[in-house]
Amino acid sequence: MTAARQIYAIVRKDLLLELRAREQVTGMAVFALLTLVTFNFAFDLTGADRAASGSGALWVAIIFAGLLGMGRAAAIDRQQGAWEGVLLSPVDRGTIFLGKLASALLFIGIVEALAMAVFAALFSLPVLHPMVLLVVCLGTVGFGTLGTLFSVMAATTRAREVMLPVLLFPLSLPIVISAVRATTLLLTDRQAEVGPWISLLLGFDVLFLGISYIVFGHAVEE
Amino acid sequence: MASVATRRSAETWSRALGWLSVVLVAISVAMIFLYAPSDRVQGAAQRIFYIHLPAAWLAYLSFFIIFVSSIAYLARRHPRWDRLARSAAELGFVFTTIVLLTGSIWGRPIWGTWWTWDARLTTTLILWFIYLAYFMLRAYVSDPERGARYAAVLGIVGFVDVPIIHMSVRWWRTLHPEPIVVRAEGPAMPDTMLQTLVVTLLAFMALYVFLLIEKYRVERMKDELAELRLQHGV
Amino acid sequence: MMAVAGRDVARTETPPGPTAAALAAPAVEATGLTKRYGNRLALHDVSLRVDAGECVGIFGPNGAGKSTLLRVLSTLARPTAGQVRCCGLEMPAQASEMRRLVGAVGHQTYLYDDLTVWENLDFYARLYGLRDAGDRIRQVLDLLGLGDRADERVRALSRGLQQRLAIARAILHRPRVLLLDEPDTGLDREGRDRLAGIIGEQVRLGGAVVLTTHAVEFGCQVASRVLFLDRGRLLWERPASGDLVDELERQLRRRA
Repeated sequence: MTAARQIYAIVRKDLLLELRAREQVTGMAVFALLTLVTFNFAFDLTGADRAASGSGALWVAIIFAGLLGMGRAAAIDRQQGAWEGVLLSPVDRGTIFLGKLASALLFIGIVEALAMAVFAALFSLPVLHPMVLLVVCLGTVGFGTLGTLFSVMAATTRAREVMLPVLLFPLSLPIVISAVRATTLLLTDRQAEVGPWISLLLGFDVLFLGISYIVFGHAVEE
Repeated sequence: MASVATRRSAETWSRALGWLSVVLVAISVAMIFLYAPSDRVQGAAQRIFYIHLPAAWLAYLSFFIIFVSSIAYLARRHPRWDRLARSAAELGFVFTTIVLLTGSIWGRPIWGTWWTWDARLTTTLILWFIYLAYFMLRAYVSDPERGARYAAVLGIVGFVDVPIIHMSVRWWRTLHPEPIVVRAEGPAMPDTMLQTLVVTLLAFMALYVFLLIEKYRVERMKDELAELRLQHGV
Repeated sequence: MMAVAGRDVARTETPPGPTAAALAAPAVEATGLTKRYGNRLALHDVSLRVDAGECVGIFGPNGAGKSTLLRVLSTLARPTAGQVRCCGLEMPAQASEMRRLVGAVGHQTYLYDDLTVWENLDFYARLYGLRDAGDRIRQVLDLLGLGDRADERVRALSRGLQQRLAIARAILHRPRVLLLDEPDTGLDREGRDRLAGIIGEQVRLGGAVVLTTHAVEFGCQVASRVLFLDRGRLLWERPASGDLVDELERQLRRRA
């Protein structure tokens, strides 16, 4: 299917660029780890209540790193007007969106894996549990979807570093609430209560993936 | 474009609506302070609820108008839809602020704090931030056409998101052990209270529609002025 | 599609071939194009028609709307009013097919600094779904004299060579219509000769070219027809000739 090949081309291109410049992933990773360490001093991440603060710390680290990464990714496409080169091509706008989303998820995913491994080691919490991984995936997809949509828009504005968080924080609130709650429940061994949060995450992802796919074309079309 | 005759008659209707809303607001103020009884539990402070609820209704109605206009704008790209969205956004933002302020003022004597993380109030706070983001987006984009387009995207995504935000905040409150919170209306309202509420709601709606129409006309005049400047090479 | 410099061209993944209707339709047909950016009217009621085998040159002072016109023709911008058709295809209903037939060079090069020359072209080849990507890329690099630079990063190339790569990118997918916005910027003598050759070949094989440039002599040399734009309006249209060069320079100086 051509769309799949085109998505692959976009991801491959972003990966190549990242391997050359190596700014995004390194920057994101350092940022995420710093956040985790700083949170350790702000909250008591060693005591008995550390599950709640811990999952909050983890998600703040992921979100801040994700914001940084997506902002950078959108900026990279702006160089030499390369984004317009992509828009000139016959690729469906929705397919372009999926390609950029896939890239974003790939990079955030790498950083997340690192952050979670460090987190598990430093704070001895069972983060590498399949249910936790599911929550992380669902949360990241939701955040990445809105992030990809708005980072492309924010990249053309004057206050671009500020614009993306201002747009994303209120809109991604359901993700933050659900992901942190679900993670806390899983870390404190209360699997049974996780159901509603996971369905909210899933619903959010499906809904906004669909909306973003449709709306993206209108956002970029002059 | 509307003919001069159509515009004149529209202006007359609008002015009539303006007077009607003034009358209705006067009546509702009278009812709020003279007709409606004092609440047994909350005392005089409860009267602010008559402003708080209609303001909340209008705050969310505005966003719905933005939602519909945004879809229409992306589909048709006609400036009138963008104008409507802009106008509704300004009014909506004002009313959202009123909701937060009245909620805060109401809460202080009753709960002893300026703010509680009540689900509805919290959602309205997030709505306030979304409105803010909406204005920032328009302000920081140099090309007005692109600003309109981006704002439309935000309008659509934001509106769909609000019920989900509300749901997640409510679950966060209820699926989480919390001290008991006083509910907004309490048990069934006596008729006098209900009547006062309805009249105030109608008054606010009339006022809102009047302001929306006037705001829209101002925006249209601004656009037409810019158009004229363009055509005469100013 | 088109053979270039006598070499055989392998099939691409693009649709089997133009229908009779598409062949009959003009390569580019724009009617009543108006484009407004907020309060600025960039184009006002511009109409033009380019047939197969034609190269049209668009001239005008800075800010005349030449770039805006090309952006609208290339589908990058949606006109506020008016219609664009390429080979009978319409925007926005047939946007994807139309983009396949159009190749554009803009003010920016549309290249990724940190990728090599080859990687840049390979990326676009994939986006356009070219089956013979490898061969076609080599072909195009030879045409632009970049054959020995394939593995260099774009960042390391001079502005002139980057411009050549931008042109290579535009012709990679064998477009029927070339929209070139000041393609000669930064090109040296050799680059300009190669560009003229490409334009000539495109015209000879039944394609179309719309080009803007500040180099009046170059423009009149490659174009068969000349259009003059100022303040968003199309002022006049004339067949190109040697005498036109002086006339154009005079008008441009007057309106600068």
